[in-house]
Amino acid sequence: MSRTFTPKVVTANALLEGDAIWLTEDDRWTRDIREAELIEDEAHATIRLLHGQSQPDVAVGVYLADAKESADGPTTTHFREAFRTRGPSNYAHGKQVEL
Amino acid sequence: MYTYNDFDEAFVRNRVAQFRAQVERRIDGSLTEDEFKPLRLMNGLYLQLHAYMLRVAVPYGTLNSAQMRQLAFIADKWDKGYGHFTTRQNIQYNWPELRDVPDMLDALADVGMHAIQTSGNTIRNVTADHFAGAAADEIEDPRPVAELLRQWSTDHPEFQFLPRKFKIAVTGSSTDRAVTKAHDIGLRMVRNEAGEPGFEVIIGGGLGRTPMVGKVIRDFLPREDLLPYCEAIVSVYNVLGRRDNKYKARIKITVHENGLDVMRDKIEAAFAEKKAQFDGVDQELLAGIEQHFAAPTFKTADTAGYEAARLANPAFRSWTDTNLSAHKADGYAIVSISIKKHGNTPGDATSDQMRVMADLAERYGHNELRISHEQNVILPHVHKSDLHAIYTALREADLATANIGLISDIIACPGMDYCALATARSIPVAQEIAERFEELKLEHEVGPLKIKISGCINACGHHHVGHIGILGLDRAGVENYQITLGGDGSEDATIGERAGPGFSSEDIVPAIERLVLGYIEMRESPEETFLSAYRRLGMAPFKAVLYPSEEKANAA
Repeated sequence: MSRTFTPKVVTANALLEGDAIWLTEDDRWTRDIREAELIEDEAHATIRLLHGQSQPDVAVGVYLADAKESADGPTTTHFREAFRTRGPSNYAHGKQVEL
Repeated sequence: MYTYNDFDEAFVRNRVAQFRAQVERRIDGSLTEDEFKPLRLMNGLYLQLHAYMLRVAVPYGTLNSAQMRQLAFIADKWDKGYGHFTTRQNIQYNWPELRDVPDMLDALADVGMHAIQTSGNTIRNVTADHFAGAAADEIEDPRPVAELLRQWSTDHPEFQFLPRKFKIAVTGSSTDRAVTKAHDIGLRMVRNEAGEPGFEVIIGGGLGRTPMVGKVIRDFLPREDLLPYCEAIVSVYNVLGRRDNKYKARIKITVHENGLDVMRDKIEAAFAEKKAQFDGVDQELLAGIEQHFAAPTFKTADTAGYEAARLANPAFRSWTDTNLSAHKADGYAIVSISIKKHGNTPGDATSDQMRVMADLAERYGHNELRISHEQNVILPHVHKSDLHAIYTALREADLATANIGLISDIIACPGMDYCALATARSIPVAQEIAERFEELKLEHEVGPLKIKISGCINACGHHHVGHIGILGLDRAGVENYQITLGGDGSEDATIGERAGPGFSSEDIVPAIERLVLGYIEMRESPEETFLSAYRRLGMAPFKAVLYPSEEKANAA
């Protein structure tokens, strides 16, 4: 029995700044997950992952992360990914203040 | 303390230049990430959840004022104005950008510091007793041999690609403040029957997913045999250690799988060979290094003012009760500056605080500072007549928390607030426990209690050797915290025992509160510490207070 595919976003860390970035449908890397492309099809996810991985001058450690649709665009389903969209909880640093 | 000679200076500068070129080649596309990653790790640069992280070595935890000021400067110029002191006596910067890292490394080299071998499968920063050279109970200052080990292990051609990372800790006293039994090699200074100092050599200790207390492989190693013997240990491990499975690659597994006797035979055989190759240069080097660690000239002064200030000021008295340790020189004390203010991040100091501590060390502390593995900063040599002035300055800098060794003096790894390996957060749990017990005004009544929190099974927060250990895990997509009890990182090293099912992030602090209040009820007297009570009573009564509903269910 094959696993059911759950929606994904392509994500990575930026080479220069090191912060979390997501791949958009129009082939940009965004720092705001809400602008990311939410991928509902497994074959398409593989292609988009390869596309992300083919840009080592921009993105490091490219992978597919679980995500879901929300009113504002894609959002995370796991707390680790949620922290990546915000930053640490002990200081107002990172995306929670930069975005 | 040790100052770089021309060789050290040239070596470190050359390494920075190499790394600068490697960063440029990574950015211009000549190096892939797979090629670059081992190079950046060799220079202490990680890529974490939100940014790069630079781990800077503080060899055996010793710093001078100029170095501490430079750490503050780096924090301001290339980071967010603070640094995080770690359980391996290092400092981490959480927000550097890739292009800036070579400049940061050059700034470190300006004060005789580096980030070499703070990562990778090499011999890491050698840690030592943070009271080295000052403790009343010390046989000898362990830092000269720690420096010798640093020089020997840095860029050692045979040991740049070990099966896994390799950590050495050294202590000069019988009281183990360096957790030597949880290291790949632990060196504990002892005297032989003739009264000569040497080392008890412990191997195969470690925490992580397979926690093990180190085993004594040599009861007494003469000091002059230290390097050939360590080289023998690491070379045997380098051959025998498993490279097929990352989780079985540490020397603790090698010892466990091969047995201590086989290891000893192989190490002794290797030692005989190595020893013959050592022609005494190491001992000449050591003699030179020892000159750098000559004790400062201690002063004599009247301590009546100190005693009077203690009587007059209860807050000062409380601070002196918790934050001072016995010094070997008359009239002196060792000051532990708590980097654990209630509600703050354990181990984080702002650049302003670093500068205050540097100034105090310069003015009152013979220019020396130490980083402890418990993530505090030490002024090792302070005359008691200067303590009140120091306390006053610390209070102004928000650094006068009187909690050393108490429940809020928590070790916590960065956890999922920063770390890419973490499975749960550690920092908020530490913050909440400290704040809760501050609110209850109970921590002085509770007395000595070490809580240690790790955000994953790799155990950077030393949770296995916490009297109360907390391990953060990901259970079906939710943070979950397991409690272990009875761990001990001292010379009586013990791995804590798991209490039972984990707690949610909402329930973990109330669980710790029940546990500690339960201990107060159960202890024989206020003198019986949490750890002693646990050893006397065992797990059952503590489990009963941790899981009251189960008790009720059983009774029904």
